[in-house]
Amino acid sequence: MNIGYYPGCSAKGSSLDYELSSAAVCRELGLVSSEITDWNCCGSTPAHAISSELSAALCTRNLMQASKQGADVVMTPCPSCLSNLLHAKERMKNPEFRKRVDELLDEPSKEDLPEATSVMQMIGRMYNTGQIAAHVKMSLAGLRIAPYYGCLMSRPADLMNFGDPENPTLMESLLAACGATDILDFPLKTECCGAASGIPHRPLSSVNSGRILELATRMEADCIAVCCPLCQMNLDLRQKQAGRQAKTRFDMPVLYYTQLMGLAFGCDEKELGLDKLIARPDKVVDKIKALNTAVREAQGGKA
Amino acid sequence: MRIGVFVCHCGSNIAGTVDCKAAAESALALPDVVYATDLMYTCAEPGQAAIEQAIHDYNLTGVVVASCSPRMHEPTFRRTVERAGLNRYMFEMANIREHVSWIGKDMVANTNKACELIGMAVAKLRNNRPLYAQRFDITKSVLVIGGGVAGIQAALDCADGGIPVILVEKEPTIGGKMAKLDKTFPTVDCSACILGPKMVDVAQHPNITLYACSEVDDITGYVGNFDVKIRRKATYVDWSKCTGCGTCTEKCPSKKVPDRFNENMGLTTAINIPFPQAIPKRASINPQYCRKLTTGKCGICAKVCPTKAIDYTMKDEIITVKVGSVIAATGYDLMDWTVYQEYGGGKYPDVITSLQYERLLNASGPTGGHIVRPSDGKEPKKVVFIQCVGSRDKSIGRPLCSGFCCMYTAKQAVLTKDHIPDSQSYVFYMDIRAVGKLYDEFTRRAIEEYGTEYIRGRVSKIYPDGNGQYVVCGVDTLLGQRIEVTCDLVVLAVGIEASHGASHLAEKLRISYDQYGFFLEGHPKLRPVETNTAGVFLAGVCQGTKDIPSSVAQGSAAAAKVLALFSRDKLENDPQIAHVNPARCVACGKCIRCCPFGAIKEETFRGQLKAKVIDTVCQGCGICTSTCPQGAIQLSHATDNEILAEVNLLCQY
Repeated sequence: MNIGYYPGCSAKGSSLDYELSSAAVCRELGLVSSEITDWNCCGSTPAHAISSELSAALCTRNLMQASKQGADVVMTPCPSCLSNLLHAKERMKNPEFRKRVDELLDEPSKEDLPEATSVMQMIGRMYNTGQIAAHVKMSLAGLRIAPYYGCLMSRPADLMNFGDPENPTLMESLLAACGATDILDFPLKTECCGAASGIPHRPLSSVNSGRILELATRMEADCIAVCCPLCQMNLDLRQKQAGRQAKTRFDMPVLYYTQLMGLAFGCDEKELGLDKLIARPDKVVDKIKALNTAVREAQGGKA
Repeated sequence: MRIGVFVCHCGSNIAGTVDCKAAAESALALPDVVYATDLMYTCAEPGQAAIEQAIHDYNLTGVVVASCSPRMHEPTFRRTVERAGLNRYMFEMANIREHVSWIGKDMVANTNKACELIGMAVAKLRNNRPLYAQRFDITKSVLVIGGGVAGIQAALDCADGGIPVILVEKEPTIGGKMAKLDKTFPTVDCSACILGPKMVDVAQHPNITLYACSEVDDITGYVGNFDVKIRRKATYVDWSKCTGCGTCTEKCPSKKVPDRFNENMGLTTAINIPFPQAIPKRASINPQYCRKLTTGKCGICAKVCPTKAIDYTMKDEIITVKVGSVIAATGYDLMDWTVYQEYGGGKYPDVITSLQYERLLNASGPTGGHIVRPSDGKEPKKVVFIQCVGSRDKSIGRPLCSGFCCMYTAKQAVLTKDHIPDSQSYVFYMDIRAVGKLYDEFTRRAIEEYGTEYIRGRVSKIYPDGNGQYVVCGVDTLLGQRIEVTCDLVVLAVGIEASHGASHLAEKLRISYDQYGFFLEGHPKLRPVETNTAGVFLAGVCQGTKDIPSSVAQGSAAAAKVLALFSRDKLENDPQIAHVNPARCVACGKCIRCCPFGAIKEETFRGQLKAKVIDTVCQGCGICTSTCPQGAIQLSHATDNEILAEVNLLCQY
């Protein structure tokens, strides 16, 4: 299988740590992909809010670029990019729609565009629990993780293919393969973080993110594991804003699931972009190390 | 033959897109047609009189009416021609409404098609022969399946009318869902107090035989003569000896059995009597949890039973009864609401169904009528009710309205305030559907006098807030605002579906059912109690969502149908049945094997084996006629010659 990698805009900027850690995890697992040459922005929310055709044209171009370099599947870390790619593919099945999109493209679109999926689903598809566990050097056992998918990763259900849209479980199974034993049954795992409302209407995203942070704190989570750059930004970068709205101070590390997997695989912290996080993840790293040391000591001190 | 053709305008239903006058005129060109006319409303009294008059005036020997579907009015017109002295089967109907005028707008094309359909009817009529029904004896007794309030009402009314009733209930007690309710809307009277006496009447009525813990295994036969196999499930207690004293339930050591009657809100013992007013008040053993039956070691109930009624070796017993009619009253079950992951999918202990809440409210329920949270036994102060959970929700394939949830939710909110005066109830609703007598007044009372907060909007999420309470997130669509309510208990008004297993029963009864398992009535407006199988009637929610008054009304209606049926000593069969031509029959036996009703047997005719149709059993389905390699079996009123005459008429151009 020839895998094309579509980073999306945020991977090169605000969520560089997501890209770094995804790359590190894929490298450790041996998942080979090649970045799509001359890719463009998927259009994000602004494009499809204005015109479905524009959004589809941007995404179709990316898929065609991938196709040219021989990719039969495109994977992206970002749920929003994935949603746009999948919506475009679905809408392009309508010949009338396709005609209108073709007018926007330099060259007419191809009939069979590559499949699109998330990095998370690709890892889940290619490696079983045992294969992932084989790479684990520091188990996540004992770390209390609140898995959080955000609203977009599992919806709409028939496009995103994540099983029950209210209760997806793939992230949990990947983390469990890394030894995690204390993954919380987090009720808000698919609730909206406030998404882009942080810009036009800050209180909305503060309330939404605050609710998630508050419940994770109450459930005594050590960290929240996320898979969406925007969720991460709202929960981490805007954690102070959310705290002000809730008249409290949160201190909740918000890590990409790939950063947690990378830690388990023994990757370098820098290589996982942990230094990019606002809410310091040191206590998470320390706890993982301490728990692993304790286990080793219990087993007779062998390293 | 002298045929008259009557083309109906049906007001503008047909005349709007079919030239009825031209259709009638064209019919005059058909062979044997001596009279043709168009009428405004043929089924109305003047229309029928016109047919009768024409039969007399023109000496007609056959009649064709071109109008609506024969489903409704074929019997009407058959009676009309019979009144005028013709055999009722010398009549044919052409459907130019459902098959023509309602489905096309092109006047010319429609008129042509109407003419062809009339032509086919005339062609068939020219081959018709008079048919005569046979009379047969009937068994004047009725089987009522399901002992909920609808079945109880039907059974009592039939029994009062002097008809022996066999009432079959699959649970150990009758009473159905109503027996589980605390109070009933809109009068807030005690459910058990109004249903209890009726249940006792069932037990005491000399005309009613009650088989609880029983199910219908098989039904064969036809109206007037059904043979029913009833499976009496093993209760491991000899009910002829059991007095219902309850000693066994006190002493039973297996005390952690989910209490089905209490909707699993409490625990019971492996041997138990469902509730104090149970009818019959007899103990039964749940074999899944009985220590004696699972491990072989125990036997305490047998030791303590003063009448020696316990029998661990009991097996299911099949009994056979003969009845003339069947009333299905199998009620409903709640749909599986755990598909709603956003409401926790069943993992939060304090998110319960309204039927479970009903048991909490009930004085004979697991908490003695005290409202407490299942998780910690504390009294809730804030209760959220969510309506339409599994109703009117296309996203889970359930567009139907369950009909009574709006009302019982209002009732439960009122009762919550009565039980806990310092409590506050919230109701998330889509619309308040309170259409019955005194219903809207009642919901207004819940809002205005009891201070229930009604919030118009759906709930998107329920989650535990980590402090022992639950957060209910929703939207107030009247204010256009998101809303969050922190509460102690959430009650879901879960939508209903037909009783589990209803579809299997429908197949045994040979009646139709819809995608939710509800049984199909004969006509949605004019035959709401009958089914399309003669002698099988419906009562209660098994036919569609209904509240208690409507269920009781339909129970009485079904009983009235049975009493009307049994007012005759003999019934007439439908002569549209199969007949064997012995000269052509080669006794291959294919028809015997394919007949779904067992209506064909072998007999020796002039020393040779031949197939023979049992007239009263044949339902006229026609499977045998299309299977017979010799064309020896013909279905009266749909013979090969009659059908080919229609085909020839169509194919002559």
